[in-house]
Amino acid sequence: MRIGLFVTCLGDAMFPGVNRATVTVLERLGHTVVFPADQTCCGQMHLNTGYAREALPLVRHHVETFEAALQTCDAIVAPSGSCVASVRHQHASAARDVGATALAGRAEAVGARTYELSELLVDVLGLTDVGAYYPHRVTYHPTCHSLRLLHVNDQPLRLLRAVRGLDLVELPAAESCCGFGGTFAIKNPDVSTAMLADKMSHVLSTGAEVCAASDSSCLMHIGGGLSRLRAGVRAVHLAEILAETGVATGPMGGALTP
Amino acid sequence: MTKTFLGFPTTFRGNASGVSYAPPGVGQLRGDERFPRAARTALANGQLRRNLGAATATIRAKRAAVVSELPDWEQLRDAGAAIKADVMARLPELLTQLETNVIAHGGQVHWARDAAEANRIVVDLVRATGATEVVKVKSMVTQEIGLNEALEAAGIAPTETDLAELIVQLGHDRPSHILVPAIHRNRAEIRDIFAREMSDAPADLTDDPRHLAMTARAHLRRKFLAATVGVSGANFAIAETGTLAVVESEGNGRMCLTLPQTLITVMGIEKVLPTWRDLEVFLQLLPRSSTGERMNPYTSMWTGVTPGDGPQHFHLVLLDNGRTAALSDDVGRAALHCIRCSACLNVCPIYERTGGVAYGSVYPGPIGAILSPQLTGMGGHHDPNASLPFASTLCGACYEVCPVKIDIPSILVHLRNRAVDQSRGRPGGQLMAMKFVGWVMRSPRRFALAERLTRVGRLLAVRGRIRALPWPGSAWTISRDLPAPPAKTFREWWLEERGHNSHDSHDGSDR
Repeated sequence: MRIGLFVTCLGDAMFPGVNRATVTVLERLGHTVVFPADQTCCGQMHLNTGYAREALPLVRHHVETFEAALQTCDAIVAPSGSCVASVRHQHASAARDVGATALAGRAEAVGARTYELSELLVDVLGLTDVGAYYPHRVTYHPTCHSLRLLHVNDQPLRLLRAVRGLDLVELPAAESCCGFGGTFAIKNPDVSTAMLADKMSHVLSTGAEVCAASDSSCLMHIGGGLSRLRAGVRAVHLAEILAETGVATGPMGGALTP
Repeated sequence: MTKTFLGFPTTFRGNASGVSYAPPGVGQLRGDERFPRAARTALANGQLRRNLGAATATIRAKRAAVVSELPDWEQLRDAGAAIKADVMARLPELLTQLETNVIAHGGQVHWARDAAEANRIVVDLVRATGATEVVKVKSMVTQEIGLNEALEAAGIAPTETDLAELIVQLGHDRPSHILVPAIHRNRAEIRDIFAREMSDAPADLTDDPRHLAMTARAHLRRKFLAATVGVSGANFAIAETGTLAVVESEGNGRMCLTLPQTLITVMGIEKVLPTWRDLEVFLQLLPRSSTGERMNPYTSMWTGVTPGDGPQHFHLVLLDNGRTAALSDDVGRAALHCIRCSACLNVCPIYERTGGVAYGSVYPGPIGAILSPQLTGMGGHHDPNASLPFASTLCGACYEVCPVKIDIPSILVHLRNRAVDQSRGRPGGQLMAMKFVGWVMRSPRRFALAERLTRVGRLLAVRGRIRALPWPGSAWTISRDLPAPPAKTFREWWLEERGHNSHDSHDGSDR
C-alpha cells in the first residue's frame, strides 16, 4: 500500500519521533510512505476554539494538499485520533457552514480515506502483530476523540497485546478525559490540572513504567504532569512502542520524560 | 388571563435584535464570576470534590447498568430526539392546543414573557387565595426564575418539599445539581443545617440518614397538612389532552399536587409534547438516565380540575424567559430538547470536579453550558455566561449518554463561534493571536519558518524540559512541563533522509 503521512502540526514541530516511528512501522510492514510536504495544520484548534472563519483557509489547504496526495496514495494516516476526527467530522461541516458545498464534498472524500494509526493497522490492514518488542509495563489511555468521535475501541489494546515482552495493565477510569482539551488547558488551567491530577493518580496506581496513548497532544499533557512530579513514568505514543523491535536502533524520542 | 406573543422561529442572524433574552437581575441563570475563576474556588473545596466524586461515580454506574438492559435504547433515544425536534418545529401550534385543552378541563393558562412576569403572575395568584405559605414540588424552572425570592419579598413563605431542595433552602445555599441539588453536602453537614434551621428538629438529632429523613418527614407533614397552595414545575405537558406530568422519587411532590386547594404550575414552553403516546418514550428515557431506576417511584398526572378530588383551582404559567431566543438558533435550539435528567452532569469530568455552583446558573454541567448562555445571551467577554461554552474539553461523554441525543459538544463549538464573533471588532490579544497563527499555518513556507523559530524554546529548557513560560504559556506551566522543541522537525528530518522520496510539492506560497 502507498500511504500518505499526515504528521499534524504538533507532531511535526514537537514530536517528530512519533512520526518517524509511524514511518518505521509502516515500512517494516512493507508499505510505501510518502510525506506530502505542503501540509501544515488541519485547523482543529481554530475550529474548536470558535475561530471557524480563521480555520477555513486551513481546512481548504488541508483538503487540497491531501486530495493531491490521494491521487497516488491508497490512504492517509496520522498518529493522532483528534486530528483525524477533525478531518473526518469537522472539515465538511465547517465548509458547509459558510456555503462552500464543493469544498465540503471534497473534504468528505479526503476524510473518508484518512485513518488514525491503530485504525489503519487493525481495521484496514487487518493486523495486530506488527513485530514489535517492548519489554515494559504499559498502561493505555484511550483519548476522547479516538474513542467517541472515531469509535476506536480496542484496536490499540489488540496491537499492544501482540507486542512481545509488553506487560499491559488496565488503567482505572481509563475513559475519563485527561483534561487537555486544546485551548481548554490554557483557558481553564485549574480544572484542567484537577483532571490531570486524577488521571495521573490512576496511571501511578497501575505501577506501569509507561503511559501510552494515540495522541501526542494528550500525551504532552499527561507526560507534562508526570514530568513535573518526577513520577518516573514516561508518556509514550503507541507508534513509538510499535516501532521498537529490540534489535535495530529504533527511533526514540518524543517521550516527555527522560 | 394575559396572552403574550411568543414569536416564531427565525434563523439567528448574529445579533440580539428582535431576540428577547432572559432579563438580568431576576432569577438564577447567571453567576457573578467567569467559569475559570468560579471553578478555582470550587476546586479548593476538598469536601465538595470527595462528595461529588463518590456521588457521580455511583449514579454513573447505576445508569449504565439499567440502560444496558434495554435492547432498544438507541431507538428510544432516536424517538426522543425526533419527538422533541417535531415539538420545536411547531411550538406555537402545540402551545395553543395545550392552552385550549387545559382551559376546557377547568384550568387557567397564563403566558409569561420572562422571569419577572412569571413571578408577578404567581405572586398575584397566591395573594388572591389569601395564603401566606406555599408548598413547592422540586422544580428547576422556579429556581430559574427566582420564585422563592419573589414570594418572600411579597410576604409569602415557600417551603421546598423535596428533601434535597429543603436542605439547600434551609442552608441558604445554591443547588449544585439538577436532580440531586444537595449532592455537595454530606450527612454531617445536613445534620448541622437541620439542627440550626429547622425549628421542630429534635434536640438529639444525629447524622444517621434514617434519623435525618424521619425528622424532615415530620417537618414536611405539618407543612403539607397546613398548605392551601401548592407550586410545581412540570416534566411534560400533553397538548392533545391538556395533561400535566411530574415524575419524582419521594412522593412529597404528589402531596403538594393533591392536598392544597390551589395548584400553580410553572412550565417552560419547551416541555410540551404532542400526544399522550409520546410519554411512552420519555417515561422510559427519563428515569433510567436520571436516577438509574427502571421506573421512577411516583408519576403524577393531572388534567385541569377534577371536582371533589385534588386542587379545585389550577393555574398553568407558560414561561418563555429566553426560550424563543434559543429556538431562533437553528443549531443551538436542540438545547431545548433537554428533559433535565442530569446524565450529562454525572459523566462530565469538569462537573465532577467543580460541582454545579461554579456554572453560576441553576442549569450546570454540559447542558447548562449550552442552555444558560442561550437563554441569557452572551453580553461580551466579561459576561460570565460567555465563558460557559469554553468550560469543556469536548470529550464527548455528555453526548454519549444524552437520552434525547443532544450533540452538546457541537453546540458548545457553535456557541464558542458566537462568543468569538460577538467580540470581533474589539481589540483582543486572543483574536490577534488566532488570526496570526491561522495566517502562518496556511502557508507551508511560513509554517516551516515558524517551526524553526520555536526552536528558540530550547534555550528555556533544562535537561530537555521547560518548567516555566511567560504568560500566556504560564497557564500551561503552572502544573505541566513542556518538552523542549526537538533539534529537527519531522519535515527537516524527512527532507534530509528521504528528500528524493518526497511527494511532489509545489511552491508553498500563499493561496
